Amino acid sequence: MTDAATTIDTTVKANDVVLFMKGTKQFPQCGFSGQVVQILEYVGIDYTDVNVLEDMDIREGIKSYSNWPTIPQLYIKGEFVGGCDIVREMFQEGELQQMLADKGIPAKSPQSAG
Amino acid sequence: MPMNAAEIETMITEALPDAKVEIRDLAGDGDHYAAVVVSEAFRGKSRVQQHQMVYDALQGKMGGTLHALALQTSAPAAS
Repeated sequence: MTDAATTIDTTVKANDVVLFMKGTKQFPQCGFSGQVVQILEYVGIDYTDVNVLEDMDIREGIKSYSNWPTIPQLYIKGEFVGGCDIVREMFQEGELQQMLADKGIPAKSPQSAG
Repeated sequence: MPMNAAEIETMITEALPDAKVEIRDLAGDGDHYAAVVVSEAFRGKSRVQQHQMVYDALQGKMGGTLHALALQTSAPAAS
């Protein structure tokens, strides 16, 4: 396993929820990463953000680690959940909230849409 | 070199011959598209696996030549 793969593996296993993204949760630097940040903030859970723009090895390593070609990438309890499309679809279906609850990660229940 | 919608559709249908593919150009710049792909091959597969099948069909173009492909995948509705 390369250093990047080891770092990634350790990070996703040491933290319940990890978002590999472009930018940070305070300052997302890509629309897709920003969408996932919004969803996670709305759901109201703690998560670790990893800014792949700061480390090219991580930026490329994460793609082979999950066999997924794009960023952002969301991991829950060490398991790759998806990119922006899948996380948004799961959120809209309530599946993301259910998965978090099933894995013992408390999340606020979504308010009804305005 | 950007891709056009027809190229994307051809690559997907070559890998998934039964697939129904709808592609929308989101930005007119050749690398931001949305695609809806329906194929029997997706039945029983997770969303991640379904999207990976489409990415495999695009033979490494995804994330490079093709910057963004908003994907929606499903198996045909049971008749």
